[in-house]
This record gives sequence, C-alpha cells and structure tokens, in this order.
Amino acid sequence: MTVDMDGAAAAAPDLPSVDGLAGAAQELVQLLTPEGERAEHPRYSLELSADEIRALYRDLVLVRRIDSEAGALQRQGELGIWASLLGQEAAQVGSGRALGPRDMAFPTYREHGVAWCRGLDPMKLLELFRGVSHGGWDPAAHNFHLYSIVIGSQALHATGYAMGIQRDGETGEDGAAAIVYFGDGATSQGDVNESFIWASVFNAPVVFFCQNNQWAISEPLEKQSRIPLYQRARGFGFPGIRVDGNDVLACLAVTRAALQAAREGQGPTLIEAYTYRMGAHTTSDDPTRYRLAADLEAWKLKDPIERVKAYLIRGAMTSASFFEGIEKEAAELGTQIRRACLSMPDPRPAQIFEHVYAEPHPLMAAEREQFTAYLSSFANEEGAR
Amino acid sequence: MTTLAMSKALNEGLRRALERDQKVLLMGEDVGKLGGVFRVTDGLQKDFGESRVIDTPLGESGIIGTAIGLALRGYRPVCEIQFDGFVFPAFNQIASQLAQMQLRSLGHVSLPIVIRIPFGGGIGAVEHHSESPEAYFAHRAGLRVVACSNPADAFTMIQQAVARTDPVIFFEPKRRYWDRGEVDLALDPGDAYPLDRAKIIVAGTDVTVLAYGPMVKTSLEAAAAAQEDGRSIEVIDLRSLSPFDAETVCAAVERTGRCVVVHEAPVFAGLGAEIAARVTEQCFYHLEAPVMRVGGFSTPYPPSRLEDHYLPDLDRILDAVDRTFGY
Repeated sequence: MTVDMDGAAAAAPDLPSVDGLAGAAQELVQLLTPEGERAEHPRYSLELSADEIRALYRDLVLVRRIDSEAGALQRQGELGIWASLLGQEAAQVGSGRALGPRDMAFPTYREHGVAWCRGLDPMKLLELFRGVSHGGWDPAAHNFHLYSIVIGSQALHATGYAMGIQRDGETGEDGAAAIVYFGDGATSQGDVNESFIWASVFNAPVVFFCQNNQWAISEPLEKQSRIPLYQRARGFGFPGIRVDGNDVLACLAVTRAALQAAREGQGPTLIEAYTYRMGAHTTSDDPTRYRLAADLEAWKLKDPIERVKAYLIRGAMTSASFFEGIEKEAAELGTQIRRACLSMPDPRPAQIFEHVYAEPHPLMAAEREQFTAYLSSFANEEGAR
Repeated sequence: MTTLAMSKALNEGLRRALERDQKVLLMGEDVGKLGGVFRVTDGLQKDFGESRVIDTPLGESGIIGTAIGLALRGYRPVCEIQFDGFVFPAFNQIASQLAQMQLRSLGHVSLPIVIRIPFGGGIGAVEHHSESPEAYFAHRAGLRVVACSNPADAFTMIQQAVARTDPVIFFEPKRRYWDRGEVDLALDPGDAYPLDRAKIIVAGTDVTVLAYGPMVKTSLEAAAAAQEDGRSIEVIDLRSLSPFDAETVCAAVERTGRCVVVHEAPVFAGLGAEIAARVTEQCFYHLEAPVMRVGGFSTPYPPSRLEDHYLPDLDRILDAVDRTFGY
C-alpha cells in the first residue's frame, strides 16, 4: 500500500494503520523469533559464541531486576518517580552492547539498560529518581551522557558531538560514533527533525536509535505518524531500518552495522526498534485509561528475555544451574540496590547553590551566605534554650 | 589605537579568539561566505576554513543544540543568532539544556559556548528584528549575560566571553554596529576591564544613570544635555547583566542619591525592575527619590514607523531624571 499524497487530507479519518503501510512487517529485521528460533537475515549476519549469548541473557535479566526493584522502591515512597523499561530490555541491551568503548551514548530518561551496558552504577539513576541530584554522573567516565528529560533535546547534542568526532578526525574503522536514544513520541519534536537534517547535511557519525514502544504516555503511534517511523529517514537522505526491538540479537547486529557505517564515514542511520512499553509511562501513569489489556497479552508472547532463554535451552547452550545462578545474581543485585537506596543521604541544603556556574558568581555566593545564615539562626535559637 | 566600527571590532575580537584556540568554532546562519548579515564574521571562513566557521542549516535550536554537543567534545562554539526575535526557537536548548548541564552533571560538564545576539531596535526593521530579550536570559541561572556598547569593549568583551568556562549570552546593539571608536588591538583581553564589571563612563554627582547596549550612547547624550542645564549626570555602562555588578552600582548611587535605569526592553518585569529593587534594598537610606525606570512600553515592539516613539530617547531619560528631583 502506498500513501496517496493528493488524497491525504480528504482521507484523514480513514487512515490505514501504521503497520499497514509499505509492507512494514516484511521489513522487520529479526534474528531470533519469539519462540526462540534463530532466523537469518541477508544483510545482518551475526556470529555469537554461547558465552556471548549467555552474557546477553544475563544483561537482560539483571536490567529487568534493576527496573523492578526501582519500581518497588517508588511504590514504597523511596523514589519520587520511576520510568520503567519493562519490555524494552532487548532494544537497550542489544544496542548498548553494540557500542564500542569510544562511542558516546545519549539517553532519554528510560535507558537504564544502556546505562547498565555502559557500566554506570545503577545507583546514579536512583539518585535522579529519588531527587538527590539531577543525575550528576560524569558522562566521560562511561561515555554515557546524562539523562535528558525534555523530549528529543539530546538528539541535537549527539549530532553536535558527532560533528566533533569528525573534526577530531576520529573516523575510520577504529573511529568513534555517537548514538542517541529517543522514543516514538520524540519523532514529532522539532529537535529530532533538526538533528536529522544536521546529521544528514554534515554526514555526521551518529546513529538515531528510536525505541518505538507504541505509546507516548497515552498517545498511540497514530498520533505521531502516518508512515512507519524508519521510513522518515529516507526523506532526510539517510537509511532507516526497522528491527524487532524485542530481539536482542537483531538489535545488536543492526546497531553494530549502523555504528560501523557511521565510523567509516557513511553518515547517520535511523534504527526503529519496534517494541512495546509493557509498563506505565512512569509510576505516575495509569495505562488502563487508554489501552487494552489484550494488547499487553499479545506482546507478552514476544517477551525479549523468554526467547533468549528458549534459544539457550533449545541449543543446549546451558544448564539449569546457569539460570539459577543468574536468578541468584539478580536477587543479590536487587537487595544491594534496595540497601543502597535506603541508605542514600539527602543532599546538604547549600548544595542548591553548587555547580550552577563553573566560575564564581556573586549572586550564588550572596544567596548561599544569606541562606546558610538563615538556617544557622534556627540552630542558635535552639542552642539558647 | 585604531578607529573601527563596532562590527569590525567584534570581527577582530573573533579573529583573535579563533587564532588563540583551535577549539574555537563559529557557527550560525550565513556566517561563512556572506560574513553574517551584519558582516561581523566577514572574511573569517576564508581564513579559518569551513570546518571552523560553519554555515549551519536554518534552525536556531539546531545551532545551539549541536553547539552543546560540540562543547561536550571539547570545542568552544561561538553561535550567532541572526536577530533577537529569532532566538526563541532555541529557547529550550539555551534555557533548559545549555544553562543547566553544569548543575545536571554536578560540575562534570561545562559548556563554554557564546551565543551572540544582535539586539534592540532603531534600524527601521520588520517584526522580530528589533527586540530586547535579555531579561529572559538573565532570569535563567547558569547563563552569564553581557552587552557591549562600543567598539573598544566589543573587541575585548567578545574575547573574554569566549574564554569563559560558563555559557555567555552576548548581546550586541545592532544599531551601534556602524558607530566608530578607538580600539586598542594590541590589548590582551586578560588585561582589559573585567567582563563581569560595570564601568563608570561619565562621573557625576546628582544622579546615576544605569544603561547597557544601545542605551549607553543615548544616556551619554542625555548627560551632555543635562550638563548644559547645570545638572551632573553620572553614566554607568552595566556591561554585565548577569551577574549584576551591585558593588559598582550601589557605591555610585550612594554618592549621588538618585538612580535611573534605562533599557529598550519593556519596563514591566524587565531588568530595570530587578535593579531598582536591589538598589532600593541596598541604598535605601541614601536615596533621595525612588529608582526610576525608562524603557520600552509594555507592548510588543511596534511597527518601525512608530519606533521613535517606543524607544527611550534623550528626552525620556531627562524626564525621568527630572522626576527624581521631585521628591
């Protein structure tokens, strides 16, 4: 089916579904079926050892555990809010493990799985959602940039960073690339579209990794696009590819190829990882108001972890003790996160004024001094009693 | 000393910044071959190449957003926003990203970016080409905001701004681009008057007039006219709007006992309001009269056939000065 441009306005009320357009289903790259069967793709071959597949499985399970533990901590009032990645583990682990040490990742606020792959301490994420800091980690330490909350803003940062890579001459096979994460909703943002233009015009080494989880809070994809998102890339002059976002192998292979193309001077790629947000937008959201439970059931059958487990078992690549070991490790990680969260100290009041500027600023100094004196006046009162 | 137009003084300052540090980049719409619509970057792409003087696609958010990415990679971008009224598409990138990355990262990330904005009216332009949006940026913590008023300051201040670790919003009074003045091209910006400090341009004893950008010249004209009437007006060029140099200003107001703040921007919730409040708090017992504000009306900038009525001029400044003697 093709989009009839002339009839577009008149036909608006009867828009075909996004999936119905341009045979999108056939174009989905999949290397591991929901049943755990290995599939081949002519353009994206992937040779992984059993160890590597087991490592991916471990990542997926541990990342899900970080997520569920954080969600529980929010429910108990220990975090102000949490944005769950449930259902998106494969998209994040697959792409995250495709990154080389010199590549730079620019996340949204839901990329806990990518953070894990980059080696960021999960407690840094909890600090943010607990309200202890706005992030506060050093992006250069793990080549993982700070979480970005204003939707799509980080796409331009990644593109500019990629322009820096070009200027530093860090291109070629051993070069670096930037990858930016965003969601289906973000594709409506001006910043994302401007970043497509900049990346295209400057041929910047950046990979646009869109996790299409079907929902921008309550708004389905139809509110954002009349065509499959990956097809947008063509209009900007670079390739777009749709990958099964619940298939960790496909996400790994496709991202790896796109990063390598970027490093080698072939410019940007848009990857649409087709997935589903199994949880609420955040812990403040109530998805029962806008979507059907039946959809969720259908996507449960495509679970990103179960298919890897089935594949490992089917291929006799592991034993029951392996799975038990991972479960144990996940439980320990959960306990560790819980303990660390509960013992996390609140920031000092004077920290309000710190790091607002890099250089001295008289207003910061004056207000800090006044506020500190104001606070200590209460201490003096108590002391006088 | 060399006599230069302010646009050329800025050009010379940018040239030195590009020479001094290979990481300095210029980026914006039409800054390359054309040299910018006001020719401030004239000839710089020819001398420093397209990789360092970058003609960008037409998108202000894109300019600032990619500049942030380049700064994360160690570059020091100097962005040009073509006209004041075009900065708003970039507002999220400036106010929510550029201004807050330092805090978001707890000091791990600094973004040494300068955003040059030609501002103010008086050139007979169409809508969006004559605005004074400085208060929006001064209100946003994390940004430094400065405005030059003359060629000599323009030459050093732009170099000082590029050398800062914090982001700087650099306002250039567009109707003064062609004003000429003496510039010491041999002056090292490190030895020049500090970027953060206000400067007393004309000493006086009766009233202190605070101005910045295009209104400095107008205030100087007012001071000269007042002198003929035997009234001594002191004129201070604020230069830095954030941080605000309360020390220099309050010391001056304590001497004269009267203060008038002048800007082209609307008076309501403008910088004059903040300055008047601060001066009142700090100089209350020295004041002979309330701090007066002279500025644009609290309307959108009018069509250019009306701008002479809208823009503060010598007479409106003198009228405010007169009113400070009515208490």
